Amino acid sequence: MGKHVLLIEDEPNIAEAIRFILERDGWQVSTHADGQDAVRVVREAGPDVLVLDVMLPNRSGFDILRELRADAALSALPVLMLTAKGQSRDREQAEACGVNCFMTKPFSNQEVLATVRALSGG
Amino acid sequence: MGVSEGTGTRIRAQRLARGLQQAALARSVGISASYLNLIEHDRRGIGGALLVAIARELGVEPAYLARGAETVLVEALQAAASRSEGTAAGLAPSEIARAEELATRLPGWARLVARQAEEIARLQETVAGLSDRLSHDPFLAETMHDILSSAAAIRSTASILAGTPDLEADWRARFQNNLLSDARRLSQTSAALLAHFDQSARSSPGYLTASEAVAGHVAAQGYHFPEIEAGADPEALAATEPMTGDGAARALLAECLLRYAEDARRMPLADFAEAAAACGWDPGVLAQHFGVGADAALRRLASLPPQAGRPDFGLVCCDGSGTLTLRKPLPGLPLPRFGAACPLWPLYQALIRPGLPLAETVEMPDGLRLRAHAVCLPRGGGFGAAAVVEVTMLLRFAAGQEGAARPVGTSCRVCPRTGCAARREPSILRVGGDTSD
Repeated sequence: MGKHVLLIEDEPNIAEAIRFILERDGWQVSTHADGQDAVRVVREAGPDVLVLDVMLPNRSGFDILRELRADAALSALPVLMLTAKGQSRDREQAEACGVNCFMTKPFSNQEVLATVRALSGG
Repeated sequence: MGVSEGTGTRIRAQRLARGLQQAALARSVGISASYLNLIEHDRRGIGGALLVAIARELGVEPAYLARGAETVLVEALQAAASRSEGTAAGLAPSEIARAEELATRLPGWARLVARQAEEIARLQETVAGLSDRLSHDPFLAETMHDILSSAAAIRSTASILAGTPDLEADWRARFQNNLLSDARRLSQTSAALLAHFDQSARSSPGYLTASEAVAGHVAAQGYHFPEIEAGADPEALAATEPMTGDGAARALLAECLLRYAEDARRMPLADFAEAAAACGWDPGVLAQHFGVGADAALRRLASLPPQAGRPDFGLVCCDGSGTLTLRKPLPGLPLPRFGAACPLWPLYQALIRPGLPLAETVEMPDGLRLRAHAVCLPRGGGFGAAAVVEVTMLLRFAAGQEGAARPVGTSCRVCPRTGCAARREPSILRVGGDTSD
């Protein structure tokens, strides 16, 4: 069984494509599409890497990441943020929240794959 | 001094150009021919209502008589120079000091430069406004997010389809369907974006915001709406008025006209005009007489239509941030559309003294005097609500040149005054243009 990636993304076709490329690379992938209970899902899933969209229904990715970083058990979880908001202030906000890597849409599959590998230490 | 030296000479030149007898002009404005003769030879000062009345009879702007076309042109050239400061085309102070020479020797070219500078300034404001809209328009933000999300999905899916030759048939079919749905979504979102820009371009030519469109319309109407005076429904009128702007502009205009209608109801035009003339256009007396707030009396005076013997009134309103929300300029005295105005104007002085009505005579750098009444009052709100205020300022040409007057300017960059505590940036007119405070 490969390492576990949790993908929180509300665009189903993006989620499906990322899931496909990661699974073909040997990762175990689970997905979630809502921001409201995202922190609970992360705690329960205990992933090795979290791929997190910024604009989610009910709660922003920034808020979710802030709460994760405040939790000692999750403060070191590697997080890749995906967003269509590529402005410099969004990147700065993501860095202030404690993101490990920030990627703007549209991204390349190879870029996502390489980043997830790097974040997991593999 | 008079409004400015040469005012009488300009009156005489305009009168002669129209073939008017001195006695006829004097009679039409209610003064003796001998007094007009003294004025025309610059032996008597003139300003305020008499200047406006003579200008009206001669069919020229009061500012032209008071300051001369050359002065107005020189000011426009100086303003153009101030806007080019710091750019590759910026002029040296010694060149700026020669604006008057340019206006005198090459008036046609000078007018062209002034007009083009105004047009460039207007276009720059348009670009700034559009940039602001791109950054903050919620529809655009949401649409761009949709477009980028669709593009991301298409790119990822297409990459899988193209880069995975051994892809299973069911996965291939699934990704092809995803590709089709994302492509459809992208085309719909793009069409909606195009329609949004197209509608904006059709509905808001020249104006960037709803409030600006309303201010422009109100200024064009001289803040007088005969239909409402006759009892028309303000909201119906706002829906049909020939104005530029979209639905938001019409909603704002409706709000403005509803208040106008309420002022008209509480201060009927004929009664108000009679009472105003009787008390010498005193807004304080009128507010008391009609039992209304000082701001309502100021607005109602500004709504009086032009008539012989009645002063021209200008009106300026701003919110708590100092942003101008309503403008009715005085003839020949344009008011700024955006910030950077002189903070010494009673409009801003009232803002820092809420509830205290101000009455003050102000003097422009060239000696033109204006009488200003201003008041800052809360608007809406309630216990615990954020303080929302509105300042209303009424302007008219001052009746004379006697007494104290607060020195004001237009904006710092083209103001020649020295030693002004309110100055926030240097003037471009210091070289050869100093005048004392």
